[in-house]
Amino acid sequence: MIKVKDLRRSFGSIVAVDGISFELGKGEVLGFLGPNGAGKSTAMKMLACFLEPDSGTAEICGADILTDPMKVRQSIGYLAESAPAYGEMTVGAFLKFICDARGIKGRARMEAIDRVVKLCAIESVYHQSIETLSKGYHRRVGLAQALIHDPEVLILDEPTDGLDPNQKHDVRLLIQKMAKEKCIIISTHILEEVEAVCTRMIIIARGKILVDSTPKELKQKHQANLDEIFRKLTEHRKIA
Amino acid sequence: MKGMMAVCKRELKGYFITPVAYVFLVIFLFFSAYLTFKGQFFEARQADLRVFFEWMPLLFVFMVPAAAMRLWSEERRSGSIELLLTLPITVWQAVLGKFVAAWIFLGIALGLTFPMPLTAAYLGNPDGGLIAAGYLASFLMAGAYLAVGCFFSALSKNQVISFILAVVGCAVLVSLGLSTTQNFMASFLPNGLVSALEGLSFQVHFDSMQRGVIEFADISYFVVLIVGWVGACGIMLQERKAA
Repeated sequence: MIKVKDLRRSFGSIVAVDGISFELGKGEVLGFLGPNGAGKSTAMKMLACFLEPDSGTAEICGADILTDPMKVRQSIGYLAESAPAYGEMTVGAFLKFICDARGIKGRARMEAIDRVVKLCAIESVYHQSIETLSKGYHRRVGLAQALIHDPEVLILDEPTDGLDPNQKHDVRLLIQKMAKEKCIIISTHILEEVEAVCTRMIIIARGKILVDSTPKELKQKHQANLDEIFRKLTEHRKIA
Repeated sequence: MKGMMAVCKRELKGYFITPVAYVFLVIFLFFSAYLTFKGQFFEARQADLRVFFEWMPLLFVFMVPAAAMRLWSEERRSGSIELLLTLPITVWQAVLGKFVAAWIFLGIALGLTFPMPLTAAYLGNPDGGLIAAGYLASFLMAGAYLAVGCFFSALSKNQVISFILAVVGCAVLVSLGLSTTQNFMASFLPNGLVSALEGLSFQVHFDSMQRGVIEFADISYFVVLIVGWVGACGIMLQERKAA
């Protein structure tokens, strides 16, 4: 469902993403790992058609991100790192706007909103303006926004950041529940999360893919836990 | 189209769920009335709105950039542009949606000056066509100011910078048509250039329209200005949306 081919992007002299390629199918949950500034968010922004790559391309659900970005945007749900939303709007008004923008109307709109509000447990803040929400609720509103059209592909940039342990657990359960039907990419710093939900993991540093494997395989190969493996791989990189 | 409509609706609502709309409307209505009655409205002993419309170019220099500054600056500062432009909405739909919303808002502000024509009608027998032409000219001019404001709003993440640049941009476009500026320019520029610069001014085209002469040249001036600045705003955002 996702085919990434040699994606590259730099900002001035800094190369953020340096030729990454991978393929991902339905039912897979990919954990995108890497130290800060490794290029995870930039790569996700390119897949969500917010940034244009300098070279290379990607195909999502059969549509190319360069030639058919509108179709790509329709078929993905994207949660950006800061979970952006319009602070002055209430949660309800915000979700209605997202439905309007995605062309979900009438009864379908009501049902879609009902579904995601329950799914993300934001009933209690439905009438509250977004700028007054706590970080956890804010992020869950962002998640609701990404799920509202029941997309085939989900791109979530640190979906559990700022959530308390219970909420983290809930979001992980939610991802696991959706995993069979969808193709999901999540970026995270939390390695236990990768073990809990991901069927595959990619570690990137300085824009390059260092490892593309499954958490199980990786642990077997290195005979260590993910935490140690991650440190070994990315620190080694820094010194070199 | 649905994307543009969604953006437009949200933006227009955005004015009214924040205090922006109310502060803007109160100040705009106060000053438009104050400047009219303080000017020669009664002394002229004529039932028309000439004095009222005469102040519009100057009033808009400050008011329209204030309504336009948040359009893109806020979006870029808060990062919500990343949400907006990863929805199935193109940059152009978003730019037009926001522009139309702000233009409708300015239309509402102009519409709320209805007590002015009512006052003139109460006092005498004003020429309805002239007043309609004045409103049309004001509305078109507001659109042109707004297009300038939109562009500068896309230029900076900081609303204050956007506002100041837009005010300066609009002030330059107005002042090119003022006789004092022309006299000054005539002292060191050739006549041809001075009249060419005069032709670029809001003032000249607005004056001829609000006198009731609706010419193709004046309407196309405003349309070209709007298309040009809104187009530049779109190009700017394509380039710098993530910066």
